[in-house]
Amino acid sequence: MPGSSNPRLKMENVSKRFGATIALDGVSLVVQAGQVHALVGENGAGKSTLMKILSGAYKADTGSLWLDGESYLPRHPLDGRKAGVAMIYQELSLAPHLSIEDNILLGIEPSRGPFLQWDEIHKRAKDAMRQLGLDHLAPSTQVSSLSIAEQQLVELARAVAIGCRVLVLDEPTSSLTQKDIERLFSLIGELRGRGYAVVYISHFLEEVKQATDRFTVLRDGRVVGSGNTSDMSISDLAAMMVGRDVKDMYTRSKRPDGEVILEVSDLAGIANPKSASLELARGEVLGIAGLVGAGRTELLRAIFGLAPVQKGHLRVGAFIGPASPSVRWAQKVGMVSEDRKQEGLALNLTVADNLTLTRLEGLGPFGLILPSVQVARSRSWIDRLGIKCEGPDQQVNSLSGGNQQKLALARLLYHDVDVLLLDEPTRGIDVGSKAEIYRLIDELAVGDEDGGRSPRAVLMVSSYLPELLGVCDRIAVMCRGILQAARPVEELTEHEIMLAATGTGKFQ
Amino acid sequence: MTKGQISAKSLRWVSGWLNKFGPFLGLVFVIIVFGLLRPRTFLSWGNFEVMLLQTAVVGTAALGMTLIIISGGIDLSVGSNIALCTVAVALLLNAGASPLIAVFGGILVGAASGTLIGGLITRLRITPFIVTLGMWGAIRGAAKGLAGEQMVFAPDTWLNGLLTTVGEQKSWMILPPGVWLMLILALLTAGMLRYTRFGRHIYAIGSNEMTARLCGVRVERTKVMIYALGAAFAGVAGVLQFSYLTLGDPTTAIGMELDVIAAVVIGGGSLAGGVGSVPGSIIGALIMTVVANGCTKLGLDNWVQEIVTGLIIVLAVALDQFRHRRAD
Repeated sequence: MPGSSNPRLKMENVSKRFGATIALDGVSLVVQAGQVHALVGENGAGKSTLMKILSGAYKADTGSLWLDGESYLPRHPLDGRKAGVAMIYQELSLAPHLSIEDNILLGIEPSRGPFLQWDEIHKRAKDAMRQLGLDHLAPSTQVSSLSIAEQQLVELARAVAIGCRVLVLDEPTSSLTQKDIERLFSLIGELRGRGYAVVYISHFLEEVKQATDRFTVLRDGRVVGSGNTSDMSISDLAAMMVGRDVKDMYTRSKRPDGEVILEVSDLAGIANPKSASLELARGEVLGIAGLVGAGRTELLRAIFGLAPVQKGHLRVGAFIGPASPSVRWAQKVGMVSEDRKQEGLALNLTVADNLTLTRLEGLGPFGLILPSVQVARSRSWIDRLGIKCEGPDQQVNSLSGGNQQKLALARLLYHDVDVLLLDEPTRGIDVGSKAEIYRLIDELAVGDEDGGRSPRAVLMVSSYLPELLGVCDRIAVMCRGILQAARPVEELTEHEIMLAATGTGKFQ
Repeated sequence: MTKGQISAKSLRWVSGWLNKFGPFLGLVFVIIVFGLLRPRTFLSWGNFEVMLLQTAVVGTAALGMTLIIISGGIDLSVGSNIALCTVAVALLLNAGASPLIAVFGGILVGAASGTLIGGLITRLRITPFIVTLGMWGAIRGAAKGLAGEQMVFAPDTWLNGLLTTVGEQKSWMILPPGVWLMLILALLTAGMLRYTRFGRHIYAIGSNEMTARLCGVRVERTKVMIYALGAAFAGVAGVLQFSYLTLGDPTTAIGMELDVIAAVVIGGGSLAGGVGSVPGSIIGALIMTVVANGCTKLGLDNWVQEIVTGLIIVLAVALDQFRHRRAD
């Protein structure tokens, strides 16, 4: 019987290398039972490698792992599950066609011989659902009919049902609304009270501050700091993550006044937006704040022609009316999708193919595309944006999130668009890449009259208020499909925007 | 800098090289095996000519299937389409059309059914598998109806000589005209995939349709063009099949769609889309012919050939998966 003094999870001096890259270099992590431990670091710092070693997906080169004082040597993710280590990833892994209870007990169905013991199944599913506050739902509900937040809870219920001791949450809030996030935090609090050890991975330092007891910061595969979360300020943590001060994270230079290039009035889509009006000028960055599901993405998609327009007026430059994406590109409008992996990039094509897909003209004689020209052209954009890759021929799926996002933006620059529609342009990427993207947005808005580059217009949707306040000139808030008039950023506070977004405060 | 780096890089180089030449090595391998077992009968120019001849129909149809599979689709109606085209060519010849007109008529019939398929897929938003499964039956029925449920005999024209071995007096041709036709079309298709917008759009749609749409690719229009062009290749294959049979037969090429799909898959095409190549597909078709021919030369029964061909398909895909896993 292990003594109570043993930590629930102890990883000691773990190292791992892939070829020449050292992913982890002597990393230690200790999590006590009943503790929420934040694991933070930029993309590529080694967080996911460490967690894959914990789950058994990777084997550490050196170092040892202990669970409740017992040596723990997972060779396979199944070993990890059996030992009580449950991982909840950003991408949920539920069977959408099955019911809640089938999902909760998937793979561990109680049975006698070949026959399922339904009483036992119902009982155990109910018990797990109660622990996660899902008792208001029928256990036979099909999972695909649940909201994302509820599906996440089902996944947590599954972890509870298999009797996990260590629970790893990887970016659990990235697709949740504010209300669901708070609900999740109170649940995490309850799980802590019941003695689970929780490892919490997040880019959102505010959340880390709010939800965790202790923290460990990784940078370049090493532990650069750890301690009690309450002793640290958010900017201390951020500075530790990037290894430098991040005060000048946001760039907002003096931007020129330009003509209005995008005009939207009383635009309505099928469900969302219900009514949106805005004016965007060259040399301006207009932010759209609001809750997830308020209709911000749908507004961008309707402007860009990816979603139908039901009514309202739309003007881009000299062109009036709705148009398809191919026409929008021809009108020099470009869009970056919020979903980089599903929509933004063709992951198994090369960097060059992704970069040049919107404009394959001018890459060879007679309208032909010469791969050599395509690669050379791509190389110059890779250099200009500092995209870290082996070359234009590398497949996109092996790039880091930040570099993928820079590539998605580079496509707009290669196309030389005048209007940039950016949907959550910094979601899920590291702080360093974020700062570079802010700087880029600023450069685009300012333009370079000497270099013959006129100022661009940027319309940016984001759920991260500090970034909107940091880079935008004006901000408009969307609430339940209705876009309220934009106001200059100097007049606004985070609090005011939040009230307007939840529909509890008046914006004007 | 270090050993690890070099080995990782060379490993990627080897795997990239294998990706390009894997099917070709497979072809060389089966030729060597049968060549060792039956050096006299298998390894002769005459036999190679026969094997190329036997590949022409499937190989030509595989060009169209390559486009369709790269775009993430599938066409199960190819065999039926080939049959319909043989009937169309025979009927046109009987109606007094010149052979050239009959050829274009046959290809046009193929392209028309492809346009219909593409239209159904994009308008009704039904998966290609289901649409072409339906058309697999419907086109076969149309062929039988047009032919009056019997073979359609046709007058003797130069069309019948497309797929006969090159005789003494025409030895300057080296290969039969039908084989040349397949090779030239293969060259054009490969060039189109690599050097034109349409070709790049096919890869983009197959790799990620949503990205293609975001990037302004007219996905629906492109898909209709892909299926029309794919079925036009089936039309050309139908003309070659007609030449081979010297008549129109509504019940010919039953199950040939599976050979055609197998050729593309053996050649490295992925049914998930985004991957595939013209040389690969032609080599895939050749591998199947070589195995069939070699088994015959060994005196093996038909059922043995079928088992061997089946195993090769599974092995080819398994090797492909293995390579990709190594590359990650």
